[in-house]
Amino acid sequence: MAVGVATSTGPKAYLSRRYRVSASHRLHSEAYSAEENLAVYGKCNNPHGHGHNYAVEVTLGGRLNAETGMVCDLGELDEFARIHLIERFDGMNLNTLDEFRDVVPTTENFTAEVYRIFQGFRGALVVRVRIEETGNNSFEIGDEFGRG
Amino acid sequence: MILLTRKAEFSSAHYYWNEAWTEAENLRVFGRCANKNGHGHNYTLEVTVAGEVDSVSGFVVDLKELKEILEREVVSVYDHRHLNLEVPEFAAGTGNIPTTENIAIAIWRRLEGKIPHAKLHRARVYEMDDLFADYYGER
Repeated sequence: MAVGVATSTGPKAYLSRRYRVSASHRLHSEAYSAEENLAVYGKCNNPHGHGHNYAVEVTLGGRLNAETGMVCDLGELDEFARIHLIERFDGMNLNTLDEFRDVVPTTENFTAEVYRIFQGFRGALVVRVRIEETGNNSFEIGDEFGRG
Repeated sequence: MILLTRKAEFSSAHYYWNEAWTEAENLRVFGRCANKNGHGHNYTLEVTVAGEVDSVSGFVVDLKELKEILEREVVSVYDHRHLNLEVPEFAAGTGNIPTTENIAIAIWRRLEGKIPHAKLHRARVYEMDDLFADYYGER
């Protein structure tokens, strides 16, 4: 049998990987007046923008590959993240990107976008994305697997 | 129902090797992790238990007791050991490669049924700050 083609028959586990993305954004909605934007977004509405070191935590779930003992190939995941997450968003101004042309680049919307992007990863099912905007704020989308 | 999490740390050596494969296949799939001399990590274990709060003690579990169980069942077996060579569940012939996922599963199995008054909910093992595995007992 060729390496890596074994069916995944082991127990079901979850693997999480954290990536760092530094980017700027400005929270501003065209649907609001200048006063309303300031009232809703406060200092995040600063016209010149501000930035964060986002910690993006991607969780994959699945039965372990019996040959490798892994949920997925970490190298493949890192390569996917490099192309579709890091190179796309790191060092960028989120407001200038197509993804945020029609939606405000809040971390809620950023998390939803990253979750959507990782649904394209074929190595394993991405069940959750959690983004820490700062040490005090985090946002997550996906399954509440095994909880509660 | 309350979830309670206790942390423990252990430092261990390991390497990744599938005995059914050739050396070349192992090196191709596992890369640097296939170095048979081993390499190591400072692992962090987070064990989460679920239970009801005891009306007298106000505890879900006695944390002191949970700490002792983690020490006895896991840390004393894994800490400053070579997982492939010195820990039975990863020994040659088991086919159980000590990946972060398999370590989380092995720890779950070591703890299952050993924690009084609470249900084991999750075993989370950090290999590094940016990589961790969770096991909820799913088969």
